[in-house]
Amino acid sequence: MPSSRFRDGARAALPFAVAVGAFGIPFGLLARSAGFGSLGAVVMSATTFAGSAQFAAASILDAGGAVAAAVVAAILLNARYAPIGVSVAPVLGGSLWKRFLLAQLVVDESWAIANRGGRFDRGLLIGAGAVLYVTWVSTTALGALGAQAIGDPTALGLDAAFPALFLALLWSQLRERRGIVAAVLGASIALVLTPFVPLGLPILAASAGCLVGLRRS
Amino acid sequence: MSAGWIAIAVIGVATMLIKATGPVILGGRELPPRVLDVVTLLAPALLAALVATQVFGFGRSLVLDERVLGLSVALVALALRAPVLVVVVVAAAATATFRLIA
Repeated sequence: MPSSRFRDGARAALPFAVAVGAFGIPFGLLARSAGFGSLGAVVMSATTFAGSAQFAAASILDAGGAVAAAVVAAILLNARYAPIGVSVAPVLGGSLWKRFLLAQLVVDESWAIANRGGRFDRGLLIGAGAVLYVTWVSTTALGALGAQAIGDPTALGLDAAFPALFLALLWSQLRERRGIVAAVLGASIALVLTPFVPLGLPILAASAGCLVGLRRS
Repeated sequence: MSAGWIAIAVIGVATMLIKATGPVILGGRELPPRVLDVVTLLAPALLAALVATQVFGFGRSLVLDERVLGLSVALVALALRAPVLVVVVVAAAATATFRLIA
């Protein structure tokens, strides 16, 4: 891996690390309140490393929900990482353990940053993923140890930072007709399903939008 | 083992396996052209779905709130060929401003 690509990925991830960190602190607070303890909160961020699933699981347990409900919600929310994993597989070579561990650095943001027109850049993926991982785990620890958030991330508009990133990266892929069709299908499937199925399934189902690639162009 | 630790362990192991399945089975190998045709379009499909649900989704309901305005500003910035970082910052700033006004 050329180390310059790793640095480029790390640098590209820095602004998102600010937003990720702003959510890591409240996750740590919530996880402690949900009965995970400080250690449990950090272990979860270090092993699961997927914000939406962690917030969902901790919220369910915090509200007195069943463990099974929390587990199912988190797994559904993370199901999209199965097709995402296939998409990055060609650039994640190496020994079995190396592939297993590098795959853990894949989150929506690092995947989106590493995306180059449907193909992926290994250095960018690992650089961005490493910065986001360290940020997520360390800010979870800060929150779990009782640090108050610098501010309410929602009041700062930081929840809009993630869709804006995804929109900007999507924008560059809308030159080709099939890319536009896949995007329209993906967004439509996700929105239509949202009111009717558990969270996470709409995004997983939206990945079917890529099947438009089966049509001969 | 407490309920919290059971959840942490099961979710952690399940997520690690989900993330690793593709790279462990197919890692480092070029995908067949037919599969690549499909996987190349996974990015636009999933990115669009993430944008749509993160802008309009509130749990399992669909809502119109300040995020739509923030993302509209982001669209304008994109049309003006602003760099990604600028697009993200103006979207967050616009959303925060609209929330302050609302």
